[in-house]
Amino acid sequence: MSTHETFGTYSGPVHTVADGPSISPLKAGKTVSTATVGPWRLIAGKLVRQKVAMFAGAVILILYLIGLFAEFLAPSLPSTSRPQYTYAPPQGLSFFVTKPDGSTEFNFHVKGYKVEIEKVALRRTFVVDEAKVVPVGLFVKGARYELWGLIPMDRHLIGPINPNDPMYLLGADRLGRDVFSRLVYGTRISMSIGLVGVVMSLVLGVVLGSISGFYGGWVDTVIQRMIEVVSAMPTIPLWLGLAAAIPLTWSPVNVYFVITIIVSLLGWTSLAREVRGRFLALRSEDFVTAAMLDGSSEKRLIFRHILPSLTSHILAVVTLAVPTMIVAETSLSFLGIGLKPPVVSWGVLLQDAQNIRTVATAPWLLIWPSLAVIVAVLSFNFFGDGLRDAADPYDS
Amino acid sequence: MLGYIFKRVLYMIPTLFGMSLISFLIIQLPPGDYLTSMIATMSDSGQAVDPAQIERLKEIYGFDDPFYIQYLKWIWGIVSRGDFGHSFEWNQPVSGLIWGRMGSTLVISLLSLLFVWIVALPIGIYSAVRRHSIGDHVFTFFGFIGLAVPNFILALVLMYFAYRYLGQSVGGLNSPEYAEAPWSLAKVGDFLAHLWIPIIIIGASGTAALIRVLRANLTDELHKPYVITARAKGLPEYKVILKYPVRIALNPFVSAIGWVLPHLVSGVTITAIVLNLPTAGPLLFRALVSQDMYLAGSFILLLSALTLVGMLLSDLLLALLDPRIRFN
Amino acid sequence: MTDPAEDVVLSVENLSIDFRLRTHILHAVENVSFELKRGQTLCLVGESGSGKSVTARSLLQIVDRPGSIVGGRILLRTGGEFTDIARLDPDGQAMRAIRGRRIGLIFQEPMSSLSPVHTIGSQIIEAVRLHSDLDKRAARAKTVELLRQVEIPNPDQMADRYTFEFSGGMRQRAMIAMALAGNPDILIADEPTTALDVTTQGEILDLIKRLQVERGMAMLLITHDMGIVAEVADDVAVMRFGRIVERGPVDAIYHDAQHPYTRQLLASTVKLTRHVEGRVPAVAASSQPLQPILSVRNLGKTFGWHGKTNSLRAVDDANFDLYPGENLGIVGESGSGKTTLGRLILRTVEPTTGSVIYRDKIGGEVEVTSLTKKELRGFHREVRLVFQDPFASLNPRMTVKDVIGDPLIVNGLAKGKALEERVAELMRLVGLDPMGMERYPHAFSGGQRQRIGIARALALDPRIIIADEATSALDVSIRSQILDLLLDIKKRLNLSFIFISHDISVVRYFCDRVAVMHRGKIVELGEAEQICTAPQEAYTKSLISAVPNPDPRDKRMLHRHRFVAPVS
Repeated sequence: MSTHETFGTYSGPVHTVADGPSISPLKAGKTVSTATVGPWRLIAGKLVRQKVAMFAGAVILILYLIGLFAEFLAPSLPSTSRPQYTYAPPQGLSFFVTKPDGSTEFNFHVKGYKVEIEKVALRRTFVVDEAKVVPVGLFVKGARYELWGLIPMDRHLIGPINPNDPMYLLGADRLGRDVFSRLVYGTRISMSIGLVGVVMSLVLGVVLGSISGFYGGWVDTVIQRMIEVVSAMPTIPLWLGLAAAIPLTWSPVNVYFVITIIVSLLGWTSLAREVRGRFLALRSEDFVTAAMLDGSSEKRLIFRHILPSLTSHILAVVTLAVPTMIVAETSLSFLGIGLKPPVVSWGVLLQDAQNIRTVATAPWLLIWPSLAVIVAVLSFNFFGDGLRDAADPYDS
Repeated sequence: MLGYIFKRVLYMIPTLFGMSLISFLIIQLPPGDYLTSMIATMSDSGQAVDPAQIERLKEIYGFDDPFYIQYLKWIWGIVSRGDFGHSFEWNQPVSGLIWGRMGSTLVISLLSLLFVWIVALPIGIYSAVRRHSIGDHVFTFFGFIGLAVPNFILALVLMYFAYRYLGQSVGGLNSPEYAEAPWSLAKVGDFLAHLWIPIIIIGASGTAALIRVLRANLTDELHKPYVITARAKGLPEYKVILKYPVRIALNPFVSAIGWVLPHLVSGVTITAIVLNLPTAGPLLFRALVSQDMYLAGSFILLLSALTLVGMLLSDLLLALLDPRIRFN
Repeated sequence: MTDPAEDVVLSVENLSIDFRLRTHILHAVENVSFELKRGQTLCLVGESGSGKSVTARSLLQIVDRPGSIVGGRILLRTGGEFTDIARLDPDGQAMRAIRGRRIGLIFQEPMSSLSPVHTIGSQIIEAVRLHSDLDKRAARAKTVELLRQVEIPNPDQMADRYTFEFSGGMRQRAMIAMALAGNPDILIADEPTTALDVTTQGEILDLIKRLQVERGMAMLLITHDMGIVAEVADDVAVMRFGRIVERGPVDAIYHDAQHPYTRQLLASTVKLTRHVEGRVPAVAASSQPLQPILSVRNLGKTFGWHGKTNSLRAVDDANFDLYPGENLGIVGESGSGKTTLGRLILRTVEPTTGSVIYRDKIGGEVEVTSLTKKELRGFHREVRLVFQDPFASLNPRMTVKDVIGDPLIVNGLAKGKALEERVAELMRLVGLDPMGMERYPHAFSGGQRQRIGIARALALDPRIIIADEATSALDVSIRSQILDLLLDIKKRLNLSFIFISHDISVVRYFCDRVAVMHRGKIVELGEAEQICTAPQEAYTKSLISAVPNPDPRDKRMLHRHRFVAPVS
């Protein structure tokens, strides 16, 4: 009934596995062999393919650069107050002025202000005066400052050519301080708290997580219970409780560090859990057993075999932990028990937006610092997500 | 099953102990004690200080005792007679101040949890099944925004819009005219009208997080062999998905209560401060600012206990849902 | 006799399936044609990546994305009519009416193929009701009847159990019951016994065969095992890289194979049914009594607390000697304790009782169980382990040079140029090109990776190698190559092997003596040939007789021994 048939001509040696089902390329171009490419380059390659993550990474970089060069980038000092410009609205930057004869001419400028009295409330408000021109320049001389507290300078990236002219790109606050400048200075504090906090968390998390995962037994149990307790407690009440204990008399620098510690104290649990989980999984991997049988010491097992496989994952988790820290600082400062003026952070800026009537008069006090927080948090989330996807280069 | 419940409850005790220790640590943390500062302010304002009363208070709270004795006194008071200590600012027992506030915190937390579930479940399923569709991308985008915006900023923004465009002030849980009125149908209606803003604010990030959890888990489950088995039986596609992978992806969804609940309670705290809701948050905040530490510590302990009970419930629910847990 | 054309219930014509991947299109199946006939079994045989599973799934239109049928027809006969399944909407009513009702499907992994959170009964009842108008009660009755047909004891109670309460074989029976729920006339079994132990495999194959004959179903059996094919097939189609290379009646394929690939596949399988040629067991060859190199005495491991009901004796009172130059096989089914026994000798798992005595190069006796951590390292230099999984046992973040060189570095034996030369030498020894030493493991195939693992084991000039299922993860043709490599190395380097495997044919080919393990105990120990041809113990008899024989003219499984474990 059945017929016996063979198909196809036989080609090549039978026992090679190099060949397989036939394929046709979709895209033209050479395929790069990944045979000798190390894990980090594979991770980088995988990350670069994720456009959103790369964009987010660029935003993070820019934010840190802004923080780094805050003094130079801000048109004025964060503390310079000019009560005559209370709640002055934002001015737009323009490049051309229209002359009375109708022709236009290049003139980098912002518009000045005029005062209007509200008829009903008899309140003084500022309105942008389209007729007044305040010339603006790049690399202008302005308020004196010391870059990183070291190099005395007076050049600013942007500013009014006459330092006494008002320039409020993002508006002014109750004391007539420039919101844009304060936002730039706030970037430094808020972004660095995230970074410093995460480093502290990381040290705590990696040390405890590794100990827990490597030794197991009762050590593991105790550390796990600790993590459970801390992570089951609602964070904000706990933060509040710890932050409230900071004496009012402490210097801003001390407060900064204590806040960082508080923020990191509560963030380490997720890191520790992640590290422990991966550690446990890796410890029972065959290649770790193999290394042990090869004669590797425990130290070598951890540092040569386990940690290299962990680092990319840790990096991703760390990136995803930074926004929690930023939000924590912002929340505490917003409530008035975190950082306090004269220190400028995004949270401190948002303190001015606590009163809803103030926000109604000067919405920019709410909008810009909020936007800064959201952009930072979003960027870290997107970048961290991308990193996490790329973290395992051998997972196809 | 009974054995399982018993084990879980037993398991809670050391955790609860750890929490009480941290709470008491917070009570002890501020330099000096309330008594000293009270005496100082009283004598400053020229009031007579009754040395007998001070001695009595010192005796009760054992301010001269070592840390662990003070802790034991405090915890024994709570366990034996529900005495959480004395609020020096309000000059009355803490227990008289906290329960009403804890009740409203519980109600809002539970409603937020419900909101989170109801919203996250269908969206999560949709996003996993129609992965990379336009709808999925839209939800993912909003999910990220939801995760990124801190509660209090969302609260401020919503307040601003309500004030600016609806001309309504959105603080509190009742309009002023109902604040003191006894509960009636109208008051409940008014209550509900106020409720949606805090619930959206508190639930936003939890919803976003749960959508992501469900989407990720369901995506994994969708490719498991048992799904193909169900399909090979000849089940219609919607039944294949709803009956099998969704059912199994619900496990992490349910166990997520464990970490969503602390999150929600946290959110309730700060949102309540901004919106001035009559929950634990504002009172806790005030107590902390005025260093009324027994009141503050008790709130922290009770809020923590609340999340712990929530976790227990989620564990039990999980056991009910998954026979593998129930039988082991 | 009826017209042969009438017997064809399903015919596949020039079927092609593509997977659209990120950078290229993978032609997983190309121009595949075959026919399924009433009451007959077609075996689709091939090694991993041959496209056999994808082909099977396409018959039900359940190929996972990004795969899709790009050409050909799948004609299903209904009365005198033909339906082209390839043209049906995968989500449509017409396709769903075929799934389960006309074509039933059994998978490889019964654990993951059944829902863990629904009872077995409810899953079968659902399938029953989908294709009939039975009410709940009647559907349940039918389900219980189906469970009885697949020989599940106490079917009425078992219907209310969950999958994790079933053993592997029972799960697969339940899966079969479910596949039969819609009374299909075609049954597809995709590697139905690969995840099962060999004795269970025999029972399940028996069951499937019996049901097929009773119901007159056409069956498509997907497998990689030429032994199974010989036992159950009427017709065979050999697949390789997405194409059928040879097709015909089973007898013609086995005794008159035309295509070199088929011949090679058969040769690798048949080779493993005999002991390797031209070798005399070392013990027999020596005139004077030899001193064993390793002696295991009363070795035991209990997991959990002693004496408690839930404690598990993974290894129970194991005794054996390993002589220099000998290959000792330890064979057993899953859970027999064979892997634990290997780990106990190396003390990566600490023994509860017993002793392991190792006789070192100068003839001194070393009690392994009382070595300190530091002394143990010296022992590990001379007794090495080769792992089962060639993917998990190599650190993906290290180059091949680092992997093979790591034992040399940590033991301070070589570095720099000398290290490189030694690694190159080791690579040549295991048949790898030293040019590849800067590559990472992911650039190698499974067989090549296993060679890397062997090179690592050899790096320290060991005297004993414990190979734990070292060839189980490999395709049959690669498997015999690796075995030959090990034999060759053994001869050259004067090694002794402890070869742990569930696969009797591999042990028979490779080992001089074999220890058979069952429930933690060594039940029989003897010459490999004797164990495989004339076993003494009841368990060994059932084990040996359950191994499929790759010759359709000598179907061994049909008259195999059944072993009923005594109640312990």
